[in-house]
Amino acid sequence: MKTFEILNIKDTRSGFGAGMEELGKQNPDVVALCADLTGSLKLTAFAEKYPKRFFQTGIAEANMMGVAAGLTIGGKIRYTGTFAIFSTGRVYDQIRQSIAYSGKNVKICASHAGITLGEDGATHQIMEDIGLMRGLPNMMVINTCDYNQTKAATIAIAKHEGPVYLRFGRPKVPNFTPEDQEFIPGKAIHLNEGTDITIIATGHLVWKAIEAAQALEKKNISVDLINIHTIKPLDTEAILQSISKTNAVVTAEEHLMNGGLGDAVAQFLGRNHPCPGEMVAVNDVFGESGKPEDLLKKYGLDTSNIIEAASKALERKS
Amino acid sequence: MYNIKELEKMASQVRRDIVRMVHTQSSGHPGGSLGCTEYLVAIYFAVMNHDPKTLSIVDKEEDLFFLSIGHISPGWYSVLARSGYFPVDELKTFRQINSRLQGHPATEEKLPGIRVASGSLGQGLSVAAGAALAKKLNNKGYVFSLHGDGEMQEGQNWEAAMFCATHKIDNLISTIDYNGKQIDGPVDEVMPLGNLKAKFESFGWDVLVCEKGNDMESVINILNEAKKHTGKSKPVMILLKTEMGYGVDYMMGTHAWHGKAPNDEQLEQALAQLEETIGDYQ
Repeated sequence: MKTFEILNIKDTRSGFGAGMEELGKQNPDVVALCADLTGSLKLTAFAEKYPKRFFQTGIAEANMMGVAAGLTIGGKIRYTGTFAIFSTGRVYDQIRQSIAYSGKNVKICASHAGITLGEDGATHQIMEDIGLMRGLPNMMVINTCDYNQTKAATIAIAKHEGPVYLRFGRPKVPNFTPEDQEFIPGKAIHLNEGTDITIIATGHLVWKAIEAAQALEKKNISVDLINIHTIKPLDTEAILQSISKTNAVVTAEEHLMNGGLGDAVAQFLGRNHPCPGEMVAVNDVFGESGKPEDLLKKYGLDTSNIIEAASKALERKS
Repeated sequence: MYNIKELEKMASQVRRDIVRMVHTQSSGHPGGSLGCTEYLVAIYFAVMNHDPKTLSIVDKEEDLFFLSIGHISPGWYSVLARSGYFPVDELKTFRQINSRLQGHPATEEKLPGIRVASGSLGQGLSVAAGAALAKKLNNKGYVFSLHGDGEMQEGQNWEAAMFCATHKIDNLISTIDYNGKQIDGPVDEVMPLGNLKAKFESFGWDVLVCEKGNDMESVINILNEAKKHTGKSKPVMILLKTEMGYGVDYMMGTHAWHGKAPNDEQLEQALAQLEETIGDYQ
């Protein structure tokens, strides 16, 4: 199996901040709005360097989404920044009518997604957001895995005309994707060639999936590993190509099973290439306070859970 | 430039369009549409700098209009068609399948003149604020928006009101259709708004009041007056007192015709009160 070097340990939200700083320099039409979370979203550098293109909205996310939609009418590419919970659940109808249905070029950038937000607890740990955003026609949904990928995605989505939900997180995690990567929305990244089972992972669980694949290889199980940063539109070609070889699949995500990556993959495979599949995801419960690593273990989102799911899928295949 | 007489003739024709459109599909919102007719005609035929021929969904240098109360689409569609944004005869497709004239305004079917969907209430002020902000970054021109009084019960309006004042969005002229009625009854019974003028003033807005929102000259005067209040670091709000259902006697003085269509007989009664001036759509 290919080896993956950890370049450093960084948070994905800092990748977003770095991407925004770079984008501010590259594109004078990029404007950022933030709802009283400038520091948490790592938008301070953008706000300081481009004060005329940064707007503080206060703790008023519904208005922020509407203002974002309005700014696009003036030809601006709008990036909104707040926590994932306030980027989606709190403002679903505003996104639905003023952004998605109206086809507005707004980039909804959401930090602190999933259970690894940690100590703040379930009020802030949204794990339904991918499902909420996937359900909206016209909406692209991206969940990045590390600092470098988040930075690349932040810059790349400015070139995509239309609404995008970009999801990232709070904790410091292994940064392993190349610094100079080309981020192509909608195009899955094939991390490892294998023949026994396909593992499709997104967000923070991509690194866990790499660890799982390495452990499985030691048991002579060959893993075809896909880093799927874009959940909608789903790269069905890449999935089909992989499943045609392996005929078994595990999906891994820091999200509820309902509405997430696993759901999207199952929906596609059920209609096109049914095969045994297991999902590493949270099964219909809210999270709780705790350290991110402890929560990942307790809620079944750890490396060992991916290994276990792969074994189950393989058993069902035979 | 149209004179007041010509604008009043246009308003009469728009009112005929409204009741005919709503009658055809037995569906739609005549009350608010009729009450806002003078405002809509004034905005499109006398106040805004706009040109249907150069329309783009992205703002150029023209003035922009946003309708937050999407349910009064019959009035807006009629005025858009009669301004030249799309063929007048297309009004007959209102609310029908495969039509560009959706029940509530939308961009998906690409009806010229509409820049954002509305219908779910309370969102238009934020969108207008964003567009006005972009306009301040880009170029000249005004942004106009129309809201309902009942709609002010939606909290997002007050988020937007604070935002507009904080960011000194002084190229925005918003108007509240102050007819005192909503679906379930008088606004004062359903959820009173208190002193709306004082509320907006305390939120940092420059507030003008027009007592005669169904008098063409008064409406044009207040809108022109509002223009003089722009550029002074404050957003401008007009409280426009109107009568829901104005122009059709049995629809006035009640909230009953907010979202109800006239039957054949009622249509005849309504049309008998509204002069055909420019010519009905076919």
